[in-house]
Amino acid sequence: MDHSAHGHSHVDAAGASHGSYTSYAIGFVLSVILTAAAFWAVMSHSMSPGATVTTIVILAIVQIFVHLVFFLHLNFSSEQRWNVTAFAFAALVVLIVIGGSLWIIHNMTDRMMPQMQQQLPGLTQQQG
Amino acid sequence: MPTDAVAAHGGHDHHHDHAQEQMANKVFGFWLYLMTDCVLFATAFAGVAVNRHSYAGGPTGKDIFELNGVIIETACLLLSSVTYGFAMLAAHRHNKSQVMLWLGITFLFGLGFIGFEVKEFMHLVADGNGPERSAFLSSFFLLVATHGCHVTAGLLWMATLMFQMGVMKKPLNTVYLSRLTMLSLFWHFLDIVWICVFTVVYLMGVM
Repeated sequence: MDHSAHGHSHVDAAGASHGSYTSYAIGFVLSVILTAAAFWAVMSHSMSPGATVTTIVILAIVQIFVHLVFFLHLNFSSEQRWNVTAFAFAALVVLIVIGGSLWIIHNMTDRMMPQMQQQLPGLTQQQG
Repeated sequence: MPTDAVAAHGGHDHHHDHAQEQMANKVFGFWLYLMTDCVLFATAFAGVAVNRHSYAGGPTGKDIFELNGVIIETACLLLSSVTYGFAMLAAHRHNKSQVMLWLGITFLFGLGFIGFEVKEFMHLVADGNGPERSAFLSSFFLLVATHGCHVTAGLLWMATLMFQMGVMKKPLNTVYLSRLTMLSLFWHFLDIVWICVFTVVYLMGVM
């Protein structure tokens, strides 16, 4: 029985692959590197703010996929097709909710009267 | 491994197949719940994004966020994700004592995360920077506390499973394997949400 603990991962009837010590170790090392890189990018002040934001957003997206693959063992096998479909749809809704909110509030601040903008100085800042 | 696959899918025992299929449906149903939880977190993130400069004369992220504490919290959650993974590997080997050991370690890491978060919140509130101070802080507290409540719920769930298997001596059968699997999805999912929290709230906040 013990041989399932290392080497290959296998898929059960639930469509969930169990992974292996190797997959968790790879996921852990990659996550540590990606997290450290993100904190370093911000704490070292070595890049412009725009470049820093772009860098840490990319690092976060890569780390999300690292977790999905090495910890949640999500893959494109037929057993998991509906897990992936549901995830893709959720990601779409998340993008619409967050992107839509930013867009609406950005347009609202653009159309505010100047004196109102002075009362709410924070809202006049450009959106990222 | 092929031999495991044969054992897992079993083959010919009709009752066994039925139990496996029920477990698959339960786990998939739980996955769908997690996807709706994504949308809940998305609304909280939208609030944070929209109010990111609404300080109302109060402190900015740069003034109040301590990245050292965030690094410790991040390490706690990441380590707990890996140790929960080890618990699942032990569960698939039907090694209950190892499952209990890894669940215990995971629980302690999760408790450490909550401890640091509560400490941060109490510090902020004591300094007059509670959620009522500005829209920026309201949305900060809403998002981070929503995540913290999820982690707390996960810890309660974990403690319940440990009590049932350890004290009540429930066997590590299909029922408990599916419960452990669902909690593992929940736990890894919360770690993924935390990646977004430390990136969007803390790292972008201190810039």
